[in-house]
Amino acid sequence: MDLNLTPQELRFRNEARAWFAGNVPKDWVKRRDEEESMLGRFEYLRAWQRKLFDAGWAGISWPKDFGGRGAPVMEQVIFIEEMARAEAPPMANVIALGLIGPTIIAFGTPEQKKRYLSKMLSAEEIWCQGFSEPNAGSDLAALSTTGVLDGDHFVVNGQKCWTSYAWAADWCELVVRTDPAAPKHKGLTALLVDMHSPGVEVRGLKQMSGESEFGEIFFRDVRVPVANVVGKVNEGWGVAMGTLMHERGTFGAALQVNYRRNFNRLVEIAKRIDRSGKPASEDPVIRQKLAQCYAEIEVMRLNQLRAFSRINETGVPGPEGSIQKIFWSELNQRFQQVAMEILGPYGQLAHGSADAFDEGQWAYGYLRSRGNTIEAGTSEIQRNIIGHFVLGLPKSY
Amino acid sequence: MQFGLSESQQILKSNARKFFATECPIAEVRRIMETDTAHDKKLWRSMAEQGFLGVVFPEEAGGMGLGFVELAALAEEMGRALVPGAFLSNLFAGAALHAAGATKHLAEIASGEKTATVALLESSANWDPHAVRMPTLAGEKLFVPDAESADLIVVAARDADVPALYLVESHAVKKTLMPAMDLTRRLYKVTFDHPAAELLAKGGAARKALDHALNVVTTALCAEMTGGMQRMLDIAVEYAKTRKQFGKPIGQYQAVQHQCADMLLYTESSRSAAYYAAYTMTEGSAEARTAVSVAKAYASDACRETGNRAVQVQGGMGFTWENDTHLFYRRAKASEIAFGDATYHRERIARFVID
Ligand SMILES: Cc1cc2nc3c(=O)[nH]c(=O)nc-3n(C[C@H](O)[C@H](O)[C@H](O)COP(=O)(O)OP(=O)(O)OC[C@H]3O[C@@H](n4cnc5c(N)ncnc54)[C@H](O)[C@@H]3O)c2cc1C
Repeated sequence: MDLNLTPQELRFRNEARAWFAGNVPKDWVKRRDEEESMLGRFEYLRAWQRKLFDAGWAGISWPKDFGGRGAPVMEQVIFIEEMARAEAPPMANVIALGLIGPTIIAFGTPEQKKRYLSKMLSAEEIWCQGFSEPNAGSDLAALSTTGVLDGDHFVVNGQKCWTSYAWAADWCELVVRTDPAAPKHKGLTALLVDMHSPGVEVRGLKQMSGESEFGEIFFRDVRVPVANVVGKVNEGWGVAMGTLMHERGTFGAALQVNYRRNFNRLVEIAKRIDRSGKPASEDPVIRQKLAQCYAEIEVMRLNQLRAFSRINETGVPGPEGSIQKIFWSELNQRFQQVAMEILGPYGQLAHGSADAFDEGQWAYGYLRSRGNTIEAGTSEIQRNIIGHFVLGLPKSY
Repeated sequence: MQFGLSESQQILKSNARKFFATECPIAEVRRIMETDTAHDKKLWRSMAEQGFLGVVFPEEAGGMGLGFVELAALAEEMGRALVPGAFLSNLFAGAALHAAGATKHLAEIASGEKTATVALLESSANWDPHAVRMPTLAGEKLFVPDAESADLIVVAARDADVPALYLVESHAVKKTLMPAMDLTRRLYKVTFDHPAAELLAKGGAARKALDHALNVVTTALCAEMTGGMQRMLDIAVEYAKTRKQFGKPIGQYQAVQHQCADMLLYTESSRSAAYYAAYTMTEGSAEARTAVSVAKAYASDACRETGNRAVQVQGGMGFTWENDTHLFYRRAKASEIAFGDATYHRERIARFVID
């Protein structure tokens, strides 16, 4: 066990640190809180990602030939730590960077890699993940969007829902049923679908948190070239699982950037806000709760560091990634609740209220965190995965 | 950067696992825990021969001169095997002697020639060394682990208004058993009536030695707790696979399966935190004290939760004396309390990161 940086890692870290010091936009925190339009914020982050890409910081562990840096996974981890340290804004194309890019790297053809990867990194093309359907959420393999072969195209019909960033997406990793006669896991195919194709319609879906980060996608006779199949026809389940392993195992790593920033901010607030005539930060109960959040954020970071060290050796995230997914989602819900307790009546104040802390971010964060234990596979499904695939207990369903 | 055991650390760990599997199987644990001191001299000697008693102590003091990650690897295996007796007490005392520069005594205990413990808590039951009130060597110390099997006792006291550390021979003081939950480690009330004592350190030096020794033993304890959690998880999962009700293995029911998944989450998370604490201790980094408190705060709650689930999953069988779970469960509670529970360590974290 050695958490010291190798000379190469050290060089990398110093370079990243210096770059962030000179380039992190100063107006980000203000903009994040005050920018009322999701679109405006998205374009801002897109420009920021472009800047990172141009400087060679997007896709640290992605192959060099496709716009990445070709560095070991551990440098990706170091990069995230540096981002957190510099309080840098996140990148815009999250689904592409976290899920779909790694899927194409693992399963895609050389042509697909060449065509898609670098435009993911530059945020020139935004991606979404079209897996869930109205009748296929946890039971993803029950999906019914169809792909029927017609010459050198698949003709796609059906509906996807809860698709994050569908409104911004140029492309979609879509899972469709191509063999209705086969058992449900065996007749699926993963397709890369141009969201600007005729027959694709996106509708916003308002979330309980008020905005429409996710949406519905309708496909009516959408023609997708056979060249856009990822992996093999009817072997889409394995491809989709590859995507989900990344979603559960490695996606959460970047979250510590937000969590640490949120924690520090909450401590600042606790020092200012009054609790029975003293700052809340001096209240023994509040101190206990804040310290527990700190400990859990640390444990999340360390779990991820351990997992990445394993991925560094084995190359792929395994089912134990479900531990990370449960941890980051349930931790954020506990954290947001602690924030509510510290803020007291102020916690409920929403965007637009002159008296709200941080432009109502806390009320929003509290509501948004309910989605954490649903998106990327519910907590119950993660526990099923751990029970069956990690602990070897019989499948429960 | 690599968060995982190196090859040599892995070898040390698997050797320790094999050693305890043969030298201290659970039947042997049950035999030893029925003895007066729950400390077995023969087992202790073989542990000494393996070098286990001096892992982190320098070679010139008869130790192995290894780091805290190696210590954690050993402690994890000891927790898994529920090794009874004075290992942690001895480590605590050794670390205090080491920090106080008492090399001769350290050599005695690193080699297994003598066994030692530390008398810290008083009737206030406060783990914070600031709470020590006992004047130079008259009064009572409570919850002193393994005082009867120890040859030497390191005593935290106050000389006038200054913290001081002394060393006394165990036979020079009165020890009264405090019967307690964990059957594998004994606690004593120790009464001091001006015994012959050697001053080890005074003032800032005494305080520093004690702080350091507390960090050392807490780190090892967190790793040991992880091993105990792993064992409770293994026992429960094994049972959930074989026990059938309503015609199915109970592990197929999600209410059972999800409890097992939670146990894995607690165990792995405690492991990450414990090894990180060990790593920062080896590096001597300024972060070490926070990392130790993060590990202990987390593991204290996690080992209790893991134990609760392990009993529940096994139903009536899990509630029997014959089933091994309760031995680990009892240990888990004692470990949760030892060197400060989650509440104590969270307040420490608050002092380090909020104030
Ligand atoms: C904010 C957000 C963003 C999302 N983004 C995307 C996206 O970009 N792309 C995408 O494809 N999808 C996305 N989703 C959809 C998400 O993946 C699904 O909502 C999720 O997998 C659950 O499916 P469901 O909603 O159909 O719930 P259901 O599967 O109907 O589950 C309802 C309840 O039943 C429980 N349950 C179901 N099956 C079992 C079982 N076998 N054992 C125990 N309990 C069970 C669930 O845990 C849950 O509590 C997003 C969802 C949210 C909330």
